[in-house]
Amino acid sequence: MNRRTLLTTAALALTLGQAAFAQDPVTAGFIYVGPVGDGGWTYEHNQGRLAVEEHFGDKVKTIFQESVPEGADAERAITQMALSGADIIFTTSFGYMDPTMAVAEKFPNVKFEHATGYKTADNVGVYSARFYEGRAIQGHIAGKMTKTNKIGYIASFPIPEVIRGINSAYIHAKKVNPDVEFSIIWAYTWFDPAKEADAARALIENGADVILQHTDSTAPQAAAQEAGDVITFGQASDMIEYAPTPRVSSIIDNWAPYYIDRIQAVMDGTWESDNTWDGIGAGMVGIGEITDAVPEDVKAEALALKESIASGEYHPFTGPLNKADGSVWLAEGETASDGDLAGLNFYVEGIDAEIPQ
Amino acid sequence: MDLSSINPILLVASIMVSATPILLAAIGEMVVEKAGVLNLGVEGMMIIGAVTGFATAVSTGSPFLGFLAAAIASAIFSMAFGLLTQFLLSNQVATGLGLWMIGLGVSSLVGKSYEGMKSPPTPKLDIPVLSDLPVVGRMLFSHDIMVYLSLLLVLGVWAFLKFTRAGLILRAVGESHDSAHALGYKVVLIRLAAIFFGGACAGLGGAYISLVRVPQWTEGMTAGIGWIALAIVVFASWRPGRVLIGAYLFGGINVLQLNLQAAGANVPVALLSASPFIVTILVLVIISARGHHGAPASLGRPFHATT
Repeated sequence: MNRRTLLTTAALALTLGQAAFAQDPVTAGFIYVGPVGDGGWTYEHNQGRLAVEEHFGDKVKTIFQESVPEGADAERAITQMALSGADIIFTTSFGYMDPTMAVAEKFPNVKFEHATGYKTADNVGVYSARFYEGRAIQGHIAGKMTKTNKIGYIASFPIPEVIRGINSAYIHAKKVNPDVEFSIIWAYTWFDPAKEADAARALIENGADVILQHTDSTAPQAAAQEAGDVITFGQASDMIEYAPTPRVSSIIDNWAPYYIDRIQAVMDGTWESDNTWDGIGAGMVGIGEITDAVPEDVKAEALALKESIASGEYHPFTGPLNKADGSVWLAEGETASDGDLAGLNFYVEGIDAEIPQ
Repeated sequence: MDLSSINPILLVASIMVSATPILLAAIGEMVVEKAGVLNLGVEGMMIIGAVTGFATAVSTGSPFLGFLAAAIASAIFSMAFGLLTQFLLSNQVATGLGLWMIGLGVSSLVGKSYEGMKSPPTPKLDIPVLSDLPVVGRMLFSHDIMVYLSLLLVLGVWAFLKFTRAGLILRAVGESHDSAHALGYKVVLIRLAAIFFGGACAGLGGAYISLVRVPQWTEGMTAGIGWIALAIVVFASWRPGRVLIGAYLFGGINVLQLNLQAAGANVPVALLSASPFIVTILVLVIISARGHHGAPASLGRPFHATT
């Protein structure tokens, strides 16, 4: 097929897209920030995609592109996916937000869903999971388990999503262990196993015996295993291959129900731009098995905490809470609003560090 | 900020681990460039080495066989570049870039079934007496064998280029392939041998990442280390000793900035991460101002025997 016919076909597909989609299978596209084999974030999005294929069978066709860098190249990749006839495109990383908005403007008939963002349009919806709920439980276990009172945290980029996680883990570690300290390393990457392993090692060498991570590979687990007496948590996916230690529990993303739901909406013609933010209660965030390396009573407390968060009885950001600069954030009994959380850009009181600008 | 939590002994040990893959790849590439060939495919050869080494080590249970297989596989892989550039006279820059992309693709294909596995641990070499020494023992004498091998390799390459006839011929081929050819040296064969050696070194560097530094396989895990190795060759102005300094500088700053962060030092991370590159630019400016780059005169130029 030469270039001209390719372009005409693409244009034809676009104009006919609306009329034809009753008969044709719906094409769902996915843009991934890492490789599907990262064992973490992208792995779980791909599990969601596979669940979509299984659920709909012939009625849906899925396409995906892995390891798309956040930035200018993302726009090209998303445009290409839209041109190739996708009806709905899921862009699964925060850094795709502006590229997604830009492409969505050019393709009004294609639906877009951006993960973890906040900008919406008529054909752009956003969805995210309340990972901070899971991090509260990790923080609780971390605070109880640490012997050196130093907890290491491998952070990716200084965005609200990551800062929320640090705060939530810290608040709940501090609650059960007032002496706890956080060492935070900003890796400036979502996925770079060598750097993540180095970061984990640096934290361990600085005395941390619990490592939390907001990056996507299992390299920190491997480094912790080598060090011996360090515990870690699975991030985004279960990372069960490192159980019972160093991995003692995990936060698992479960995107499948959401993907199936939204693709169904496209099929029914009922799709509308939305803003979804679900947590443990709705099943979007799962807590991986707490292994026997954790004492029975700590495990029971952690599960009770999970239960109270899931039922909505307890909110991980409940006052009294101060900001790191000492000013009051939440009064006694007050809970943080979603708007506050979505734009969170400060540490809570007690974290002795600066957020890089 | 609590800088006292940084343990200098562990820091030096970490720097050596972090620098070793860069050093291995860079010293190999330096030999290739000394022979007058610019192979930009270091990253691709490294990742081939990483996946082959990991797969071999997992299936045989022996990390040493893993390293061996990685060196052989990457050396053979580099021959694709050798054949294209030396016999078919393809453009070296484009072919090198192609090698990088093919390496990435092939490695992720081969590596699919090895995801989530763990490699057998590479034993630490506990040198009797020396590793029991206070401070330096832990710092310098309790690493895995590859750390020492990489240092020996630098020494060997330096001695080879400086003192041996073969080293002189290799340099002659890199400086002026026409003259070397006129003297009767087999330019193409010598260059192929250099490319083969460079491939083997890059393979060892890749395997070091997947067997020691991370130890597991994930797609794209070399994450730009091959490109840093290329930069270091230029930084070192094609001298083995400076390659060593460059590799430890890059590896060192990387580890140091993570340690500073872990200790809570309030340093601009972006600046620290960029500092090796800033230093490279400075060094380039200085050597340019002096008018002597040290680059082999025939670097990157295709050779075709006309007589």
